[in-house]
Amino acid sequence: MTTNKKGWKEIPKGGLILEAGNSVKYQTGSWRSLRPVRDEDKCTHCLICWVYCPDSSIIVKDGKIKEIDYDHCKGCGICAAECPTNAITMKNESEFRSEQNAKG
Amino acid sequence: MSKNTVAITGNDATAYAIKQINPDVMAAYPITPQTALVQKFSEYVADGLVNTEFVTVESEHSAMSACVGAAAAGGRVMTATAANGLALMFEIVYIAASSKLPIVMPVVNRALSGPINIHCDHSDTMAARDAGWIQIYSESAQEAYDNTIQSIRIAENMKVRLPVMVMYDGFITSHGIEMVDFLDDNVVHDFVGDYQPNHPLLDINKPLTYGPLDLYDYYFEHKRQQAEDIKNSKPIILDVAKEFKKISGREYGLFESYQLEDAETGIVVLSSTAGTAKTVVDELREEGRKIGLLKPRVFRPFPYHEIAKALSHLKAVAILDRADSFGAFGGPLFTEIRSAMLEYGKIPENINIIYGLGGRDINQKDISGIYEQLDEIVKSGKVKERIQYLGVRE
Repeated sequence: MTTNKKGWKEIPKGGLILEAGNSVKYQTGSWRSLRPVRDEDKCTHCLICWVYCPDSSIIVKDGKIKEIDYDHCKGCGICAAECPTNAITMKNESEFRSEQNAKG
Repeated sequence: MSKNTVAITGNDATAYAIKQINPDVMAAYPITPQTALVQKFSEYVADGLVNTEFVTVESEHSAMSACVGAAAAGGRVMTATAANGLALMFEIVYIAASSKLPIVMPVVNRALSGPINIHCDHSDTMAARDAGWIQIYSESAQEAYDNTIQSIRIAENMKVRLPVMVMYDGFITSHGIEMVDFLDDNVVHDFVGDYQPNHPLLDINKPLTYGPLDLYDYYFEHKRQQAEDIKNSKPIILDVAKEFKKISGREYGLFESYQLEDAETGIVVLSSTAGTAKTVVDELREEGRKIGLLKPRVFRPFPYHEIAKALSHLKAVAILDRADSFGAFGGPLFTEIRSAMLEYGKIPENINIIYGLGGRDINQKDISGIYEQLDEIVKSGKVKERIQYLGVRE
């Protein structure tokens, strides 16, 4: 049982979400089994991955890729498939985290 | 009789109730024996007698989907269906309740296929009894009219905010002509009042989400809320009935007791068959037989304490079901009531009679035969057959 969540008397009825724009709070990164890892040496910052990413998880600053948002990246692998320089590799998530510190 | 008394079918009487309610949206698909209701109401729309947006849909699944959308948008919404139509909209029926949308839907009780059959039984709405809707059964065209009007107030009460099904028997009530007292338009208008939307999608200043994914972390809590809200609707249903009596003179409760107080044996039966049974009670009472009747009106929320208490003094009771629950220990009414009777120490001897499936007729002789059987049970203290099928050929 999770105990840090609200009880049935405290949550909005009907399954409604009463505040808009809160999907960012839902960390879908916990769904990921493969993690995209970018090789800075191969990356040309063409931003094709940024265009294709369905979860807006390629973070760009000043026209250059800054990082991958692992809190929301679901590991679909589209970025790795589309990268023209093969700068993104999908690696098994278990290489990065154990069960105990998994986010989600 | 008042000047508003008319000879009319149950379908036309219910269509008239909807005309007087004048909902914002009605999305409905015709299905026997509900068709005449929707046809009549569509005439009111075509003649400009209501302000309703009438959505002609391609199926009942779409009808209920359109109702859910319109109700979430913030409108007062109605539809109507029967049997296989209810079955086709089933998926969205649950969503209407879980989204707390106060849609009111007359359901003209008809047997579910198969084999295909268009006549009366209660298998359609009994199949939907766990959908989270309030369910109110009507004995007559008058009750169908009255219950439809009351259901608007029940559904829209801010403490309830749940959809309501109003049932009446296919063909027997829907197509039979009875005398019905209509209320004046302005009386109904004042009674139902203006619609108060709750979290309308069209309020662009407060953007919100209906129907998001709700997994193991919150779904259970939302179901717990539904259980509480439908339980809390019981006093609201009674309050609305009290107010309705003021404008109509007609009295409604969670169920109707007929000659039950001093009775030794009794029958429990829903809807139009209760009318037939009352005639039998009257005749046998003239012979000095101490018999009575209990007609449940509200099936969800089920008034288990009240019904069990009302039956607790009987020596024997027959619970009639116009629907079977195949493989269960009796029909839906029987299992509910027999279980509820455990609340009281003294349990009357009880039998379950499944009757009238697919429109199989039940007459006065059948019902007096049930009272005779109850007398035998009281005399012998023995129940030969707990669950029986009445009127089926061996």
